[in-house]
Amino acid sequence: MTTTTVPDKAGSLAWARRRDSLARFWRSYRTHRAGLYGLAGLAVIALIALTAPLTVGEDVQSVTSAPGTALESPSGQFPLGTDQFGRSLLGLLIWGARISLAVGLLAAALSVAIGTLVGILAGHYGGWLSTALMRITDWFLVMPTLVLAIVLATVMSHSLWTVILAIGVTSWPTTARLVRAQTIAVESRPYIERARALGGGHGHIMSRHVLPNVMPLVLAQTTLGISNAILTEATLAFLGLGDPTVVSWGGMLQDAREAGAVSSGHWWYLAPPGIAIALVALSFTLCGRAVEAVLNPKLGAR
Amino acid sequence: MTTASSADTPAVVAEARTEPRGRRFAAAGPVLTYLRYVGGKLAGAVVSLFAVLVTSFFLFRIIPGDPVRTMTHGRQVSVEQLAALRGQFGLDLPMWQQFTDYCGKALTGDLGTSYQFHAPVGSLIAEKLPATLLLTGTAVVIYSALGIWLGTRSAWRRGGLGDRFNTGLALTLWSVPSFWLGLLLIIAFSVGAGPVPGLFPTGGMESGDTTGFGHVLDVAHHMVLPVLTLVAVQYAQTLLVMRSSLIDEMGGDYLTTARAKGLRDDAVRRHHAVPNALLPTVTMLFINLGHVAAGSILVETVFSWPGLGGLFYQALSVPDLPLVQGLFVVFAGAMILMNLLADLLYPLLDPRVGR
Repeated sequence: MTTTTVPDKAGSLAWARRRDSLARFWRSYRTHRAGLYGLAGLAVIALIALTAPLTVGEDVQSVTSAPGTALESPSGQFPLGTDQFGRSLLGLLIWGARISLAVGLLAAALSVAIGTLVGILAGHYGGWLSTALMRITDWFLVMPTLVLAIVLATVMSHSLWTVILAIGVTSWPTTARLVRAQTIAVESRPYIERARALGGGHGHIMSRHVLPNVMPLVLAQTTLGISNAILTEATLAFLGLGDPTVVSWGGMLQDAREAGAVSSGHWWYLAPPGIAIALVALSFTLCGRAVEAVLNPKLGAR
Repeated sequence: MTTASSADTPAVVAEARTEPRGRRFAAAGPVLTYLRYVGGKLAGAVVSLFAVLVTSFFLFRIIPGDPVRTMTHGRQVSVEQLAALRGQFGLDLPMWQQFTDYCGKALTGDLGTSYQFHAPVGSLIAEKLPATLLLTGTAVVIYSALGIWLGTRSAWRRGGLGDRFNTGLALTLWSVPSFWLGLLLIIAFSVGAGPVPGLFPTGGMESGDTTGFGHVLDVAHHMVLPVLTLVAVQYAQTLLVMRSSLIDEMGGDYLTTARAKGLRDDAVRRHHAVPNALLPTVTMLFINLGHVAAGSILVETVFSWPGLGGLFYQALSVPDLPLVQGLFVVFAGAMILMNLLADLLYPLLDPRVGR
């Protein structure tokens, strides 16, 4: 046996353990029926969003080459009718899934990344750094999130990145608090002391020991954060603060309101985007709650 | 700015409750301890308020574009007129002087002059405040009561059909965008679909031709749909917190004791379990009160309710910076105030905190 096989063996052992814990996680997750519904919903929506270039194509957003006339009622050709530019609402709805999901995922990822970084740093170093970071966190916590996001989106140029940034930088404090608490709990365990005694530096301990341990918590937070981000994106788009060049579900609702769909009672224009938003947000919430319940058996009783 | 004030979840509340805080003062009398606690919280709130002023000042100074240009958009103005306007709004002063002026004025209640309405921001806000308080206050009372009632029922019969239906419905409504629900309600109940006539007004707060009791009824009639929207999207949070904190309490030994004494199930629930489970819910309600004013922006916009949220929307579309800035301070101030109230109330409700 050569020495080169040793790291291989250690690697495969780690992988086997990871596979085991994943299988354990899945067995436990499977018992939460609501979580399975959420997962199924997400699978369907992800499929629709990913295959959108094949089913509807990018042309569906084009105002100049719109196939129908303005504000048609639902028909065989346009199952959900058309908007004020003559575009197919069903096509827009399918294409909008891509935008809403992308913004939701990226904004939640940004928010959770900031929260995790701040939480681990505050929990690991303690002292004045922790105090300062937690003061900043508390400061963001007392800010009305939606108002701050709206103000940021107003102040900056109207683009998708602005929306992602506005949601990401306003919604991280809860994650930071949870991760900090978890970091402190993890660092009090003996194996951290062992790592330190073996010469592990701050960076090593934070990235190799603390991070994997707070990851499950972070995963649950991300899942719950996505539904929030999608709702906020819809709100910003509805207030006219989204990117005017792309069609998201919130933007469709704004278009509908501007086209007078409310006063003329065109419910078929208004209802589908809202239902889509609610379905996605609900699916992510159900998954997030199930993940939380698996990770925290005390919560599981709830 | 404490753990208890920032609690979004019952887990964090629980963490705050068990924190061995202020052990140094354990020897002092309970009143003195509470006063120290109050002092700490008040100082924290003042710091937060200052932080909000700093944020609002600098947030609106990084805006690209010249506010004076925005004000005079579409009109012929001379260079002298622009300079005069700058002087009038104090935009020609150095940044630090603008900041000290702003803070000094904000402390005396002067939040500047609206570009759009040419009126003091403070008086504009004061004028719209009652409408928002009426709308959100009513909604908060209703959704708290509804959430606590349904949460209690759900927890007590956990896992049953009623529980699953309640939690499912609440989570679904929670995932719905409030403005969308508002628009659908307008279509269904105000515009009237087919043969059904509109039952409720599409927006506004009053019809304007009624007095006395008739006026009260008129306002109530206008409030039905906005309040319904706010309640529908908000009650889930109360329900879920109430449900989970009651489930936490249900394992308690004191409930077994109460049952062993021969108390009826109803009495155990009402006099033993629910009062304890209410603690985290009450904290959360106060924190929500701060959120709800800001959350009403969408509902007020959709229903043209003449409140702060509608004003915020109007200010955004210009954008009328002093007004947006002033409203930002008011919304954040409301959150700080409600957090402070929750902090001050909590030790009175739960003796384990602040000792």
